[in-house]
Formats: sequence, structure tokens, C-alpha cells
Amino acid sequence: MLAVESATVRFGRRTALDAVDLEVADHEIVCVLGPSGSGKSTLLRAVAGLQPLDGGRVFLDGVDQASLPVHRRGLGLMFQDHQLFPHRDVGANVAFGLRMHGVPRAERDRRAGELLDMVGLPGAGRRAVAALSGGEQQRVALARALAPRPKLLMLDEPLGQLDRSLRERLVVELRTLFGRLGTTVLAVTHDQGEAFALADRVVVMRDGRIAQQGTPLEVWQQPASAFVARFLGFDNLVDATVTGSAADTVWGKVPVPEDSSQGECELLVRPGGVRIGGPKEGLRCTVGVRTFRGHHVTVALHPGDGPSLQAECGLRDTPEEGDVVGVTFDPAETVVLPPAG
Amino acid sequence: MGPVVVLARREVTARPSGKGGRTGKGDARGNAVRLGLMAVPVAFFALFFAYPVVAIVGRGLKADGHWQFGRIGTVLSRPDILDVLWFTTWQALASTVLTLLIALPGAYVLARFDFPGKQLLRAVVTVPFVLPTVVVGTAFLALLGRGGFLDELWGVRLDTTVWAILLAHVFFNYAVVVRTVGGLWSQLDPRQEEAARVLGAGRLAAWRRVTLPALAPAVAAAALMVFLFTFTSFGVVQILGGPAYSTLEVEIYRQTAQLLDLPTAAVLTLVQFAAVAGILAVHAWTVRRRETALKLVDPAQTSRPPRGAGQRALLGGVLLTVLLLILLPLGVLVERSLDTSGGYGFGFYRALQSADSNGSTFLVPPLDAIGNSLRYALVATLIALVIGGLAAAALTRRRAGRLVRGFDALLMLPLGVSAVTVGFGFLITLDKPPLDLRTSWILVPLAQALVGVPFVVRTMLPVLRAVDDRLREAAAVLGASPLRAWREVDLPLVRRAVLVAAGFAFAVSLGEFGATVFIARPDNPTLPVAVARLLGRSGELNYGQAMALSTILMLVCAVSLLLLERIRTDRSGEF
Repeated sequence: MLAVESATVRFGRRTALDAVDLEVADHEIVCVLGPSGSGKSTLLRAVAGLQPLDGGRVFLDGVDQASLPVHRRGLGLMFQDHQLFPHRDVGANVAFGLRMHGVPRAERDRRAGELLDMVGLPGAGRRAVAALSGGEQQRVALARALAPRPKLLMLDEPLGQLDRSLRERLVVELRTLFGRLGTTVLAVTHDQGEAFALADRVVVMRDGRIAQQGTPLEVWQQPASAFVARFLGFDNLVDATVTGSAADTVWGKVPVPEDSSQGECELLVRPGGVRIGGPKEGLRCTVGVRTFRGHHVTVALHPGDGPSLQAECGLRDTPEEGDVVGVTFDPAETVVLPPAG
Repeated sequence: MGPVVVLARREVTARPSGKGGRTGKGDARGNAVRLGLMAVPVAFFALFFAYPVVAIVGRGLKADGHWQFGRIGTVLSRPDILDVLWFTTWQALASTVLTLLIALPGAYVLARFDFPGKQLLRAVVTVPFVLPTVVVGTAFLALLGRGGFLDELWGVRLDTTVWAILLAHVFFNYAVVVRTVGGLWSQLDPRQEEAARVLGAGRLAAWRRVTLPALAPAVAAAALMVFLFTFTSFGVVQILGGPAYSTLEVEIYRQTAQLLDLPTAAVLTLVQFAAVAGILAVHAWTVRRRETALKLVDPAQTSRPPRGAGQRALLGGVLLTVLLLILLPLGVLVERSLDTSGGYGFGFYRALQSADSNGSTFLVPPLDAIGNSLRYALVATLIALVIGGLAAAALTRRRAGRLVRGFDALLMLPLGVSAVTVGFGFLITLDKPPLDLRTSWILVPLAQALVGVPFVVRTMLPVLRAVDDRLREAAAVLGASPLRAWREVDLPLVRRAVLVAAGFAFAVSLGEFGATVFIARPDNPTLPVAVARLLGRSGELNYGQAMALSTILMLVCAVSLLLLERIRTDRSGEF
């Protein structure tokens, strides 16, 4: 469906997109994940033709898009803040793309109504765009993008501006809908939760390059680098040297999985793998700030030497702030990453 | 050049789309489009503005094929010319200070208070602004002049004093301050002041530390515009100044039309041009400062009914000022137009229907001037819309370089150059093939359109710039070609602004006097020209007819403005 070959975009001296290769298969949902400034939006704009490439090519169904202007590419794009046309009502917004493609009026109206039903806004066609809530606007924007049956639907921070509970509900709805319609989707977000919930495949970007790609599970279980790990919210990272099934760190010896690569590395310990015991066992730490997370409590632990640690505790066995405890590590929850730098 | 209004250009800074912008190929294409859009306005300005002005200045400063720059020094050291310069400057300063003092309370009241009839008050206050200078002059003559309202009542005459001119200038520019300052004031978030109060600032301190700094650039911009309008004042001073008071523009007219002293006129034109360029440069600077991100809110949320005796007294004071300063002169104008020697009646209006009741003043019935004026103004408006619309479209495209900013400044220039010079320049340059327009009726609309263009640009530009580029992108992704996207997105969003621009261009064209007085043919006078001609004659009948014709002109302008007020429900532009 979509193939991007070493796409490069420069803004002055800054390289926003640095020889990026990306493929999206038919019916696949791919989510590009990255912090702001990583080039993910530029990638979308380049595919749409809104951003001219300084190098590389974009293919859709095997056809080079270089000579095709935006309006002939037959794509759908949902903007971050929706960009509904304020001077048209909901129905006219949804029917806009169909009108541009010369679809007759009756057919347009029928399809617009159908789409509004589908996104859960039946009969909203005559409503003014300004009167819609954020979530409703998002649905209208989705209906508008889907109406002309785009080859590829692109979403730029699709749920970025909505509040948390709405976001969690909509992401499930979107995934169900795309699955039912067989839509091919390329989405961009900075929210890992959103990306993992929505995508078949996640592409993590950093500084205009792809840092890692894989299924959500793969990326979560085996981050490719310390950057990806930190971006996913893991903070227990430390320089280490692996010998056999143990790593030498400032936190002392940490057990690692059997077949880990040997030598210098960066070591990640998931908070769930940090076990808190009596002060006599393992690494001696002072308990710092405790943060209630609902199903568990995150506890900051300060060892005498080296970076502090985050540990996940059950609600009942959380130590008191200021307690001195001993820490051991679960090898199943440690990941050996390539050395930093 | 007349009451052209180029007030606040409070551009809504377009949110950047994506990060960065176009590069490489995209830029080249954008530039090509921009140049294409700019070509027509540039050609128009070169041909109908730069060429006549340069030609006439050249004619004044050249002798035997050599530039005589020495003439500049000679002219500028003449005591009578120095007097004119001095008077022009100090009356403009005095008018500006007086206008600010009288209009700022009005700006506050209209911005922060809610009261019945507020919309009407806003409209009434704006009417003078689109009135032709000739009407304003005539109205104040009727109020303050010989045999005028105050003369009959108390024997008070002010038309031989500078007060008549100053008051007329305040009348004219009241709206400039109210609209520019009040427009911003009504959109300042009152919570900013509340935040200061919570942090321990007293009421006055909060206003001084929070509101005033936010308002200061708008006040400065308004003051500069008032200074500009009064510095170049022509019609008002021509009618109320008598032989004693003369501004640069009036002096240029006198030197050109009466004394045929082109060298002096050319030097004065250059002086005025330099002064106005300076004013505009400072104005542009304050506007840029004003664009610093202020948090603006919906004006509907910021106004409250007046509370307490103090606030009600302030409201009353403002209403009284408007009544005395704006409604009274206009009322007296109407009264005088009906006050024939045989009691009140439409005698003067009837006399306008025939040419011979005026001796040799007119070749045609003065009433014909209405048709001429409407026709000319309509054509001028169309020209201004096309030229100004293209220019605005060119200026909207993002990442404007120095070239484009220069173009922006070029569009403002007709404000600075003496209208009299432009009019006379038309006569001496557009009279030979291939452009022999001397006998063509199009000459008048062309000159009037020059005045309308800065307007159209200033009205449309903020609106066009406020259109989020991503709306156009959204349309493109959905299959709209660039032209189609413009038609589907830009056009509907600026339709209102186009109507407003058209209305203002129409009103300004209708009232244009300085250039038209030169080029309108005797058998086809416009309303302001006919009024001036009637006032130049003695006799009760001529005076009465001038009042009647002014009243008609006022009504035409007021009606077009009131129509505009109905359209202008959003805050497009800033007038």
C-alpha cells in the first residue's frame, strides 16, 4: 500500500526527516510514536504531499507520488485539532470530499448520513460545527476523512485534545471501526498508551529517524535502546557489564536473562522487577516519595550510590517513607539494551 | 488623502502549520504565485500613482532639463511657507491630543459597559468617520459659522478661529480612537486585572500595571492615525480655515490651482510625503509591537451594566459628548438645509434640480451630482476590490520576505501623498496616447480607487491571515485543487470582510475631494465638488443648496455605513 523510501526533509539546517524508510501493508494500522520534534508529523505531511521532500520517494500502490499534488493522492488526513470548516454544517463537512470528487448530491447525502451513523452521531447533519463538543468534532472529522473512501487514512494526534476517559473509550471504538472497515491507517501520536491500544505495529521515531519498530508487545518487552525505554516511561536504567547471567552495576550484581548479550550495555529493570525486602537482603535503599497509581503504588528508592530506582508495590505491602529496605531484582523483568551513546 | 482608515492591523498570527514551513521547490512555486498576484496591483500603482506623482514633482523641480534641488531650500526658507508648516504641525498635534482626551472615555464605555442602545451608539459614533470632509466642513460651518446656529443663538462665531478646525477634526476622528482602542479593550481578558488584584494590587494599580500596558500600543497607533489624518487635512481646512489658516495640503492646492506655482507645490508635496512616510513608519512599528501575543477573549464576555453613580455619570458624560459633538452638527446641517427665507421647506432641495438657479456655477442641475457620485464610487469600489483583493491575497501567503513587506508599504503610500498632487498629476500625465484619459469619465474612479485600495487591503488581510492554513490543507487532502480550496475555504470565510471593505471603499470614494476636484469635469461634478462649488459662491440660495446637497451626501454615506454595521457582526478588520 504505502512505501516510503529514504524520505528526507530539511528545515534550514535542521533535518526533520532523515532518510526514513517505512512500509504500511493493506489493512494494517501503523502508529508512529515519538516525542514532539521527532519528525512524525512531518512524515505524515510528506506522505500527504503537504510537505515537499528534499530527498527520497513516496509510493502508494507502487506509484511514485512525486508528481501528484495533494488533492490527487486520494488520501484521508485527520488533523490534530480537526480543522472542520467553520462555515459549513456537519453534513456539508462530511460530504466535502465527495463533492470534490464529483459525487452526485443524492449519493453524497446518503453516504454522509451513513458515516454519521457509523461514528455515532446519527442525524447530526444540520448541526453547526461550532456547537459540537471536542469528542463530537473528532467524530465528524473522522467521518469527513473516511467519506471519500481513502486508500490510506492518516491521523495526526487523533485524540490529543480530548480528556482522558473519552480518549480511552474512543481509541477502542476507532480500532473496532477500522477493523470492520478494513481501513489502512497511518497514525501519529506522542502518547504510548494510545499507540499501543490502536496499532498493529508501532514505529518509534527520534530526531527524524526510526528508532524501533515492531508490534506493541515487542516494543514494550524489548525496547531497542535506552531512548525508547525512557520514552515508554521506564526510568530504571543503569550502565552495566554483562558476564554470563549477571550484570555488574552501581546497584551491585543484577541477574539478567540466560541468553543476554555479553559485555558493556545499558540495563533496564522494569519497576515490577524491583523486589522490596528486609534491610538485610540485597541493595540497601531509603524509601522516598510514594505515588498512588490505583492498582499499585510506585515507590522511589534511593540507594547509597547510583541513580534512584522506581519500584511497583502492592497496595498493602508499601513501605513507609524514610524506611530502610533491601532491594533484589527479578531476572525476568530485566532487559539488556545496547550501550549508551 | 481624505479619511482613509487604516487602523489597527491586529493580525491574528497564523498558527504555524506543522513545524517549519515550505522549503526548496515549494518556496519557488509560492513565490511565482505571489509575484503573479502582485503584478496587477503593482502595475496599477506604477501607472496611476507613481507616474503622475513623479511627473508632477519632476515638472516642479526641473528647469531646462536640469534638476533644481536648490528650490527646496529656497521654498522652505520662505516665511509664509514656514508658517504653513508650523500651523500644519501644531494643529495636528492639538487635534490629536483633544481627540484622545474626548474619545478615550468613549472607548472605555463602549468596551466595558453594557447598556440599551449600545449598538446604535457604536453606529452613530462611526458615521462621521465615513462622512466626506466637505460635509464635515459644511456641518461645522452651519454650527459655528457666520449666520450659523450658535451665531443666531448667542452671537458666537468660531469659524474664524482655529477651534472650528480642531472641533471638526475631533468629530471626524472620534471613531478612530473608539474603534481602535475600544476594540482591543473589549477583548482584553478582565481576569488579567483580577489576577493582579488577587496578587495585592489596588484597583488603580491593577489598571495601570496590567490594562494600560496592553492598551498603550493601540492608543499610540490610534493617535498616530489621527495625527496623520489631521496633518493631511484638506476639505475641512479648505472650508473652515478661511484665508488665515492653511495646512500643507491646502497650500499645495492653492499653489497649484490658484497661483500656478508648480515648483513650490512640488517642494511642499515632497515635504508632506516625507512627513507622512515617517508617521507611517512609526505606526507600522507600533502595530508590530501590538501583535505581541495578548490573550484576547470574546468581547461579549467582558462588558457589564454600569454600577454605581460614578460609572453612570461616566456613561452620561459620554452620551452627552456624542450628542453635542456628533449629533448636533449633523442636526444643524439638516436644519439649515430646510431653513429657507420663507420658513422651513424643501426649497433648497428643489433648487438643486435646475442648473440656471445658480447663475453660472453649474452647467448641469446640481442634483445630477448624486448620480455621478454613485456611479463613480461604484466603479471605484470595483477597481479597489480587484486591486486590493489581489494584493491582500499576495500578502497572505506565508513567509513574506522583504520584497513583500516593501509591497505592503507601497500600498499605504496613497495615504501619504497629497491627493491634490495626484489629481493634478493625472491631468498632466494621462493626457497623451497611449493613455489619453483626459476626457474619459474613468479618470475620477481611478483616482478614487487609489484611496480605496489601502482600505480593502487592511480590511481583508487580517481575516485572510486568520484563516488557518491547515483548513486549506484539509480541503486539499479531501481532493480540492488550490483554486478550488481558495473558493471553498478562503472565499466564504472572507465574504463578510469583502462586503465591509467594499462598503468602506464606497464611502471613501463617495467623499473623495482633493483629487476629484481637479479631474471631475465641469459637466459631471461629484457631490463633494458640487458642495464646494456652491460654498464658494455668495448668496443665501447657494448656501442653502450647499447644506441640502451635503445633507444628501451625508444620508448616502450614513445609509451605506448602517448597512455595514449590520453585516459586521463579527470582528473582521478593525475600524
